[in-house]
Amino acid sequence: MIIGTGVSPGIAIGKALLIKNEEIDIQKKQIENIEIEKNRFIEAINKSKKELISIRDKALKELGKEKSAIFDAHLMILEDPEVVESTLKKIDDEKVNAEYAFKQISEQYIIVFKSMDNEYMRERASDIRDVSSRVIKNILGIKITDLSMLDEEVILVAHDLTPSETATMDKKKVLGFLTNIGGRTSHTAIMSRTLEIPAVVGLKNITEKLEDGDFVIFNGETGEVMINPNQQKIQRYKELKHIYEKEKKELEALKGQKSITKDGRIVELAGNIGTPNDIEGLLNNDAEGVGLYRTEFIYMDRPSLPTEEEQFNAYKEVLESMNPKPIVIRTLDIGGDKELSYLKFDEEMNPFLGYRAIRLCLDKKDIFKTQLRALLRASVYGNLKIMFPMISSLEELLAAKRILDEVKCDLEKDKIAYCQNIEVGMMIEVPSAALISDILAKHVDFFSIGTNDLIQYTTAVDRMNEKIHHLYNPFNPAVLRLIKMTIDNGHKEGIWVGMCGEMAGDKRMIPILLGLGLDEFSMSPISILPARKLIRKLKYEDMKDLASKVVNMSSAEEIKAYIEKILF
Amino acid sequence: MKKNVKIINESGLHARPAAVFVKSASQFKSDINIELNGSIFNAKSIMNILSLGAKKGDEITIVADGPDEKEAIDCLVNLIESKFGEE
Repeated sequence: MIIGTGVSPGIAIGKALLIKNEEIDIQKKQIENIEIEKNRFIEAINKSKKELISIRDKALKELGKEKSAIFDAHLMILEDPEVVESTLKKIDDEKVNAEYAFKQISEQYIIVFKSMDNEYMRERASDIRDVSSRVIKNILGIKITDLSMLDEEVILVAHDLTPSETATMDKKKVLGFLTNIGGRTSHTAIMSRTLEIPAVVGLKNITEKLEDGDFVIFNGETGEVMINPNQQKIQRYKELKHIYEKEKKELEALKGQKSITKDGRIVELAGNIGTPNDIEGLLNNDAEGVGLYRTEFIYMDRPSLPTEEEQFNAYKEVLESMNPKPIVIRTLDIGGDKELSYLKFDEEMNPFLGYRAIRLCLDKKDIFKTQLRALLRASVYGNLKIMFPMISSLEELLAAKRILDEVKCDLEKDKIAYCQNIEVGMMIEVPSAALISDILAKHVDFFSIGTNDLIQYTTAVDRMNEKIHHLYNPFNPAVLRLIKMTIDNGHKEGIWVGMCGEMAGDKRMIPILLGLGLDEFSMSPISILPARKLIRKLKYEDMKDLASKVVNMSSAEEIKAYIEKILF
Repeated sequence: MKKNVKIINESGLHARPAAVFVKSASQFKSDINIELNGSIFNAKSIMNILSLGAKKGDEITIVADGPDEKEAIDCLVNLIESKFGEE
């Protein structure tokens, strides 16, 4: 068995179709008739143009405007006058064959773009390669693998799939994708999720390990791939596939339904995201909002601080695409455990107890103000709620709110619009905050309990430390009591209380949280529909009884065993 | 004919602004070039404009030569000064 990164769930069973994108070996040849050679090149450009226009139109129809825009970019690259003229000039000056001249020119650009220290530009290098390989094949009269005319159902296996391949293929005949390279956010991964086709990427050399026509089974969730498995395995996976598809259908039927208990309590099931790219997964899983947008990613893997404009664009994109659903955006939560090349952190003994999150923002006001300004400007595009992380005292909360007010004043002076009634809330992830949640609740519009850190801080267990991992337990009654205290104190002041840690999507925990009165559950998009299914089977009144029993139990083991016995 | 203009939009002549710029330049018959730090780039070439990498604050010179050079320069300068529609 080979294991890669499962990026689109589902089980695929079928024959492999190997797409060979190997480099075409191009020899330099001296030619006699320059005009004929130039014509070969011009004709290949024209043919490629026709093909790209038809791919773009097909993509526009099947995938929408946003996904088809990439082919407009490809057309611009194809018709770039500098590339066309330099190629013609090279044929003229050096009397060389068209494919050689063109390849030399396009390689120059690929090298330039690949070496740029900017993600956007590096991606353009693969666009140039996609376009240039089409032109070269057209010059040489090589048939371009046409995935729109497949005779039988296949699993596509390739080094990587290009945008033109995924856009043109016959989706009804493609059972799955397997690729050598890529991760969760690569083009192939995003497309596979959009098309709901199972996929495993990052398999390193899958194109060498199997041959065209080999029988393949893979699991797009776990990333497991089997080549030519025995009958027994095939049978087992066929059954799994059947179960998976039945469950999927059941969950599918829950889309558009309310997250409501049998006795009528409605809660909100939202998703956690890191970038605007994750919205697609939320929409596919019918999220009722975003309970946590981690803005750290905008700040990571780059040479300098993100500008207000860059942030504004990202926030606006998320708000607009989910409008009018509520979007909770958490302000910068970063510290000494992450590297930022443009911000030097001192080495700390305990980075999780150190200079991070709101502590850093209250110190580096410029960074904080830029983010708040971008957030406020974006607020007119949707239903924004702003959340401060890692608050451990009332003073910090008031200081953060004061800065927010200053930024609002600045915007008014500059006559820039922002939404007047944005809810402002805070994370409850430090035990001190949970313990004074009665006081804090008077100054915010909502709480969101961050359980990953709350468990770690309450039990003094580093969650990255393997040796003490058994002590990191969400069923710990101390943690449950802090959660109960937070929810009760929030409700006393009339504010809503949510949760955005892993616990919120855990099916053993949902009944307890529901019983404790949690209003909003924010989780990985993939957990949303299963959570809705569970909640619709439960009775709020019963869960209230269950929760009050559980918080009085004496150990995590006892609580866990009780839940498993009663409910599953 | 030539004119200097300062890039004032946040993201500079990158991504979407670069594509808009090249598309606008391509409508004109005149030859149009951009000069920055002594190098010359073809304004109708997306590859050239992207590799130019003009950032906010850079001052570029637009040089146009041909029957519609005045219109071309007016249009491109206007585009840059309006920040490509960014806010």
